[in-house]
Amino acid sequence: MAARVAQDIPDGAVVNLGIGLPTLVANQLPSDREVILHSENGVIGMGPAPAKGEEDYDLINAGKQAVTLLPGGCYFHHADSFGMMRGGHLDVCVLGAFQVSAGGDLANWHTGAADAIPAVGGAMDLAIGAKKTYVMMEHLTKTGESKLVSACTYPLTGIGCVSRIYTDLAVIDLTADGAKVSAIVDGLSFEELQKLTSVPLIMAC
Amino acid sequence: MINKIIPSIEQALANIHDGATIMIGGFGGAGQPAELIDALIEQGARDLVIVNNNAGNGETGLAALLKTKRVRKIICSFPRQADSQVFDGLYRAGELELELVPQGNLAERIRAAGAGIGAFFTPTGYGTALAKGKETREINGKMYVLEHPIHADVALIKAERGDRWGNLTYRKTARNFGPIMASAAKLTIASVHEIVELGSLDPESVITPGLFVHRVVQVPRSATGPAGFKAA
Repeated sequence: MAARVAQDIPDGAVVNLGIGLPTLVANQLPSDREVILHSENGVIGMGPAPAKGEEDYDLINAGKQAVTLLPGGCYFHHADSFGMMRGGHLDVCVLGAFQVSAGGDLANWHTGAADAIPAVGGAMDLAIGAKKTYVMMEHLTKTGESKLVSACTYPLTGIGCVSRIYTDLAVIDLTADGAKVSAIVDGLSFEELQKLTSVPLIMAC
Repeated sequence: MINKIIPSIEQALANIHDGATIMIGGFGGAGQPAELIDALIEQGARDLVIVNNNAGNGETGLAALLKTKRVRKIICSFPRQADSQVFDGLYRAGELELELVPQGNLAERIRAAGAGIGAFFTPTGYGTALAKGKETREINGKMYVLEHPIHADVALIKAERGDRWGNLTYRKTARNFGPIMASAAKLTIASVHEIVELGSLDPESVITPGLFVHRVVQVPRSATGPAGFKAA
């Protein structure tokens, strides 16, 4: 899944990879492309994790993991960092999700469970803060329900913000015409994919 | 002569009153002014409103302050973490009020306070539970939520170097909330690892101009530890 997302990130793009599954994309970026990674705590030009024992916890990503800085990278304060997002200066943001609706609504911050302690972090800013917001998620929940839904039942993070989803089964563009499937994993037919998905799918030609 | 250097951390924290709204810098451990928080615990002010991105990690720093039960309310974006057990317990017991704010709105509300903005329209959070009850407006076909600034009585921030005018530089991503919190408080107290002669900070590299800073206190350099997740 991460490799498939990485394929679609163009040379020169400024990208924010959300916490969780999206973090894996960094390791899959083709070496012939120069992609600038942004992390909302205040860094662009983020490099790979440091060698064990070399961690500097003044240099972390939004997941609070130690990272490194590539030549050309720099630091900035939080308001500038979120201004970069809100101001439309990031090309792509890749996020995880509990649910995405066919209309591009995103639910990824809160299960809504009564005893859950809410924590939003940068999720709502990230959702609306890039030219393109992609979601990376398992196609189905652990109990087998489609995570692509006609309307989110979990609390919303953003409205109409997701343009494409990458699942373990398919790549689906959320367009004004509907959910367009552009790729399916080997061995799965369009009809089988449709059976597993709770919104009508269109096969892109 | 202007001299904002305060000889001891106790003096730096003097006159913080009960009921104060206190901004505390840091994102997880990076930029968290641990020594100033410890001194605030010693100082004893209570009934506090704390503004921070998180709500404490482990048992030290902000978590230790929460543990004293002198905090009435916390305004933050991401309280729940693998090591936020102190906050979790107080919140579940109803002993700590939480105002949850999307991180970018938190930063911008702090910035707006420092910049004299009355309120601003932001797209972040529109249509979500966190915008409930807030004024919204359509501007050029896009929906926005009205958000108000967060002003503070005191800001406690961690910087790297400072001079007697209060000019500050930071270290790597430990900068995070420091510069904006410095601008949003009536009294900004910065800990630094190094105090330098006036004129020796490269003017092109000063991140927080001294006019935002009221007290500077030196603390020993110590490596920032990991925070925000359970140690393996």
